Amino acid sequence: MVKITYIEHDGTTHALDLAEGLTVMEGGRDNGVEGIVAECGGACACSTCHVYVAPDWVDRLPPMDPMEEDMLDFAPGSDPARSRLSCQLKITAALDGLVVEVPEEQA
Amino acid sequence: MSGIVVIGAGQAGCALVAKLRALDHDGPLTLLGAEPHPPYQRPPLSKKYLLGEMPRERLFLRPEAFYADQGITLRTGCAPDAIDRAARCVRIGDERLPYDQLVLTTGATPRRLPNMIGGGLDGVFTLRGIADVDALAPRMRPGARLLVVGGGYIGLEAAAVARGLGLQVTLIEAAPRILQRVAAPETSDYFRALHRAHGVDLREGTGLARLLGAGHVTGAELSDGSRVEADLVLAGIGVAPNVALAEAAGLPLDNGIAVDKLGRTGDPHIWAAGDCASFPWRDTRVRMESVQNAIDMAECVATNLLGAQTPYDPQPWFWSDQYDTKLQIAGLNAGYTRVVARPGARAGSLSHWYYAGDRLIALDAMNDPRAYMIGRRLLARDTSPDPALLAAPETDLKALAAA
Repeated sequence: MVKITYIEHDGTTHALDLAEGLTVMEGGRDNGVEGIVAECGGACACSTCHVYVAPDWVDRLPPMDPMEEDMLDFAPGSDPARSRLSCQLKITAALDGLVVEVPEEQA
Repeated sequence: MSGIVVIGAGQAGCALVAKLRALDHDGPLTLLGAEPHPPYQRPPLSKKYLLGEMPRERLFLRPEAFYADQGITLRTGCAPDAIDRAARCVRIGDERLPYDQLVLTTGATPRRLPNMIGGGLDGVFTLRGIADVDALAPRMRPGARLLVVGGGYIGLEAAAVARGLGLQVTLIEAAPRILQRVAAPETSDYFRALHRAHGVDLREGTGLARLLGAGHVTGAELSDGSRVEADLVLAGIGVAPNVALAEAAGLPLDNGIAVDKLGRTGDPHIWAAGDCASFPWRDTRVRMESVQNAIDMAECVATNLLGAQTPYDPQPWFWSDQYDTKLQIAGLNAGYTRVVARPGARAGSLSHWYYAGDRLIALDAMNDPRAYMIGRRLLARDTSPDPALLAAPETDLKALAAA
């Protein structure tokens, strides 16, 4: 299992033990993390699974593909330094200890 | 207190019950689904699930435990027989399930090819549910010959998956062009070229005369008199809204279950949302078939069930994946008078922007999420950039949205 911590906008924290192979989006959605909306279900089509990655994790994640980069470039509230689409982050052992924050709004 | 009963456990039904609980509604809540599965996502069925790249459990919109945890009675494999409006109950066999408020999120059913032209032959499929794909996917073997009838999104996505799996694919569209009902000629041109480049034998203005074969389909005779051989046929010829329960109960219909701006049918205790429902929008009445509409309309109805008076005013969006192309659509293009093409910043990216007069009403973005995201923002604010500026590749999209 891989430990990932989700911090909702109001500060509610979910420290979850998640199976490898799911995505960070699925791990949050399936455990009732508020604000992981994921309307498109993980197709990288809608940007409603946007999260901010803890600063010390930014460089430890797999790089973005152009589709994710372009979606986030124009997503509301996007932070070029640490925004990611959580549906594009596959849970692996390398993500153990990851901390993500959920934005106030998804659009 | 009988509570709220929801008929139809698809995307809309699931979004509705989840929203009710998120709004702290704690009354009895029952969700009835005809299929044997908990609510699941349909979009991957014609994409990754058909391709065999996604296990079934990952289709589920919520983990199975969610419903019990939230005090939602989920009954799968449950297809009601009738609505008794006078007694305010749903009839399921001999059972009478009472309701205070009833919501119909019954979805839609694919149109089938008529039996008289061979629609009942073995090897002929439609694609809407898990069971459809579980029956079709094992037959999608390399070298098999697939005939796709209909050049809409389902047919085109299935054709793309089939080519990826090494099938020979013929796709016929009776209308003069693929995507005619939903997109501009420029977008049809893009996808025609894409499918032909991937080896699909794509024939427009060509209908199906009849399927051939005894027992199992072996081919088809087309409207131009030509014949194609086929081991499999997939009909992607649209869906019909599931209105039978509403119709039998005497509720008003109009291209689906007719509801008002709040999502209420002609009966103040009965509501509808999603693919099955038509609603007033701008100066017309529309029925939308999309995830966006299923979720947003259901969530709007949930608030209204609890006493809000929020009119449903959607910001439509949609997507399709075909080969390596992601199509993202924002807005509704009905009534457009002009299409402006804009090349994207990356190789192969392109967007088509629909105007009705001077007003921007929709866009199609092909591998161009920047255009899509900006377009959504412009549409949400009902802001229409000068088409000449938009068409110029050197125009900064962000500046357009900031203006």
